[in-house]
Amino acid sequence: MSHSLVTMAYIAATILFIFSLSGLSKQETARRGNYYGMLGMAIAIVATALSGQVTSYGVLLGALVLGGAIGTRAALKVEMTQMPELVAIMHSLVGMAAVLVGYANFMDTSNPLIGVEKTIHEVEIYIGILIGAVTFSGSVIAFCKLSEKISGKPLLLPGRHWMNLVLLIAAVVFGGIFLQQTESGAGILPLAIMTAIALIFGVHMVMAIGGADMPVVVSMLNSYSGWAAAATGFMLSNDLLIVTGALVGSSGAILSYIMCRAMNRHFLSVIAGGFGTGAGGPEAVIEGEVQPIDAQETAQLLLDAKNIMIIPGYGMAVAQAQHTVNEITKLLREKGKKVGFGIHPVAGRMPGHMNVLLAEAKVPYDIVYEMDEINEDFHNVDVTIVIGANDIVNPSALDDPNSPIAGMPVLECWKGGTTIVLKRSMASGYAGVGNPLFVKENTRMLFGDANATMQAVLKELKG
Amino acid sequence: MKIGIPKEIHEGEKRVATTPEAAEQIIKLGFSVLVESGAGVGANISDDAYKEVGVEIVDNAKTLWKDSDIVMKVRAPERHPELTIDEIDLLSEGGCLISFIWPAQNEELMQKLAAKNATVLAMDSVPRMSRAQKLDALSSMANIAGYRAIVEAAQHFGRFFTGQITAAGKIPPAKVLVIGAGVAGLAAIGAAKSMGAIVRAFDTRPEVKEQIESMDAEFLMLDFKEEGSGTGGYAKTMSKEFIEAEMALFARQAMDVDIIITTALIPGKPAPELITEGMVKSMKPGSVIVDLAAEQGGNCALTEKDQVVVKHGVTIIGYTNLPSRLANQSSQLYATNLRHLLTELCPEKNGEINVNMDDEVIRGATVIKEGKITWPPPPPKLSVTPPPQTEAPAYAAQEPPKAQPIKQLLPLILGGLALFALGAVAPEAFMSHFTVFVLACFIGYQVIWNVSPSLHTPLMSVTNAISGIIVIGALVQVSKPDNIISILAGLAIFIASINIAGGFLVTRRMLEMFRK
Repeated sequence: MSHSLVTMAYIAATILFIFSLSGLSKQETARRGNYYGMLGMAIAIVATALSGQVTSYGVLLGALVLGGAIGTRAALKVEMTQMPELVAIMHSLVGMAAVLVGYANFMDTSNPLIGVEKTIHEVEIYIGILIGAVTFSGSVIAFCKLSEKISGKPLLLPGRHWMNLVLLIAAVVFGGIFLQQTESGAGILPLAIMTAIALIFGVHMVMAIGGADMPVVVSMLNSYSGWAAAATGFMLSNDLLIVTGALVGSSGAILSYIMCRAMNRHFLSVIAGGFGTGAGGPEAVIEGEVQPIDAQETAQLLLDAKNIMIIPGYGMAVAQAQHTVNEITKLLREKGKKVGFGIHPVAGRMPGHMNVLLAEAKVPYDIVYEMDEINEDFHNVDVTIVIGANDIVNPSALDDPNSPIAGMPVLECWKGGTTIVLKRSMASGYAGVGNPLFVKENTRMLFGDANATMQAVLKELKG
Repeated sequence: MKIGIPKEIHEGEKRVATTPEAAEQIIKLGFSVLVESGAGVGANISDDAYKEVGVEIVDNAKTLWKDSDIVMKVRAPERHPELTIDEIDLLSEGGCLISFIWPAQNEELMQKLAAKNATVLAMDSVPRMSRAQKLDALSSMANIAGYRAIVEAAQHFGRFFTGQITAAGKIPPAKVLVIGAGVAGLAAIGAAKSMGAIVRAFDTRPEVKEQIESMDAEFLMLDFKEEGSGTGGYAKTMSKEFIEAEMALFARQAMDVDIIITTALIPGKPAPELITEGMVKSMKPGSVIVDLAAEQGGNCALTEKDQVVVKHGVTIIGYTNLPSRLANQSSQLYATNLRHLLTELCPEKNGEINVNMDDEVIRGATVIKEGKITWPPPPPKLSVTPPPQTEAPAYAAQEPPKAQPIKQLLPLILGGLALFALGAVAPEAFMSHFTVFVLACFIGYQVIWNVSPSLHTPLMSVTNAISGIIVIGALVQVSKPDNIISILAGLAIFIASINIAGGFLVTRRMLEMFRK
């Protein structure tokens, strides 16, 4: 294939990727968008493979088929509740690939550059590996946190901001050394040291971020994986990589920004890690008595209600209760009740996590509402069921300025009729904040495993 | 402990204080239950039904009162017509009585009970709070009274409630006015509505407007601002001007509606007179008034207690025993209220009661404790204390300082300088790539900004798959002569292809699940 043809193919692939992303912004076009993406990727790979730069097809095919098989298997086997982990580990793969490509490019001396071009090229390699390594180690830690292989609690080392600064300065200093040494054809040592620094930086950054901020971290790492691809594009002078990387990078950045806004937090403060460190004064003490309820009474309340709202949280994912919830929803809808789902933007551990779980359980997506769509309507709701959510329904976010989550928009379910909170015990949420909702006069607590209690409610509704 | 349920002796009282279902639950709490033979007859419950669940049937009232540690009744104790002896005298010394008492109206009764060293829990004194709702017998009886009021009205009303268009002509729907939208009023609205009538309702408390409208009835607005809510969810006496405006409204409505249900009561006071003789006269012949406040003197000037009278062509129903006229239903609800009270009294489930005066609900219901009159109870506390407000000023002091323009401009200036420096040294090839990069960032920004939040996860996994485009970088390097480069690139292809296949397929799987 001639060079121009390859470029043409790249343009086609780029356009397909843009269509893919814009298609993914609406339910109706989402599936088509995904196919555009697949097609674009196929065109890009085939065009590159036929471009004449590639001769060793054995390695190429072997690696593609083996990798593709593993990816396919993972995609088909993964539980929907494990989506965040899958996405995180996939990000780490992109980071890893960026590091490998960077090293390969560094060792490649076949097209000698001189002067500024050479320096810029070296800088591109250096930055590409840096971003790739941070993405890799950060995603691995995110994966471990999400799959609860390590604790989700933020690890706050003393002087961590200084430590980050030192790491950053070290990376810059070694960059300088690296550029000097490459003049004489060396430089692998500073490059390796920088890689180690970047890996440590990635670990440290994600370790310091608490579980409730995980949606931001996941989308931020998504963004990084894009920037890593873009940096690789610069080092290889490949426009397709640059464009695609920039698309992914900016989309991830916007998602992170949306998440941060949903929590009323500043992006930098999330990245800098640590939760609630900026609050002044003690939190208001929550006093009062919780009022427990049993499955039978819950069923009765539901039967008496006209308008029911369900607010799922991470607890629903943990208990795998989404299918039972859907059964209950179906039953109630058959009885002529209006049932809706209220989704907080940061419910779960990944942006859109709850939507995916509900979709898996075949809850129709047109009764699943965003927070902004329904928050005004809670006074019309007779019964709200909160399943395994805590911080996203915490009234102190609105009325206690000293709460660590102060200012975060929350689902104001307490403005409705009765709120039933499903909870395993009286422990506080991921943010470690007490919740005055539980002692409100119109709140009833239904203790137990979410799935088991929902099953019991379902049985009562049927009986 | 033994719980005894005597047959009610008040004339026309058909209710009974426990049902077999409730008795079964009470027995599970560890109590044994005695019921006087024939106690449930009025509510269509046979002695055999009680026996089936393990209740002991006792033949006469005297033995029952003597053998029971706790006596549960509906009506307050009074003179037994057959034994010609007061029920209080039957109560054993130091015994326990649970029933309606109305301590404010029955001072003499209270004294006599206290003299017996009795412990008395009055079902009418259960505090009005959410935890106590399940034992609020007043609400459950009011609910029944409201329903029954409509049934009584329907019986005396000569027409359909619902409108119909038949071959024999058009029938207009009946118009029902409900005054006072408490529990009874709302129950009446519901019943009248479900029979097809046009229902209007009035209440001095503006907060019930929503409740009325939730029942599909029309809330009659009074063009007058005054708050009618008293403590504990009851109404209070209104000002003279308000009452005048209200009366004018009723006078207008009386000419229009067919049925009036009045439920206006103010605690501890005679019922307010809302329907005057003039208004009755102005009503259409055949109209019906059901006065649920007849016990306290009635809301209608012409109401006669416990009687149905026809005045000026209007039937006025003054029954005070409406719950008893639905005896089975009332008994069921009342028995359940009593059972809940026993559950509160006996948290250990060991068949022993513990009159715990620290418990707000039990404290409120207990009017006499071991011979000492404890009525009226202290006012109820709010269960949640408001958060201390002292921190508020500290917070206000933390207001962020005004943004300084230099601080805002600084990143812009620095960014501009960096770009300038880059442009000064960078070769042309780099600049063209840089152009592409910046434009692509903006496209990404525009494309993503409107994404529906429910698609965040699929979007992330598709962008993740797309970022596997890094495979291209590995592809162009895999055929280099240097073995290390080939190995590194091969490895990168392998990793990136996991990403591509996994990302696209899992997205497809997720999107397949989203359906309308």
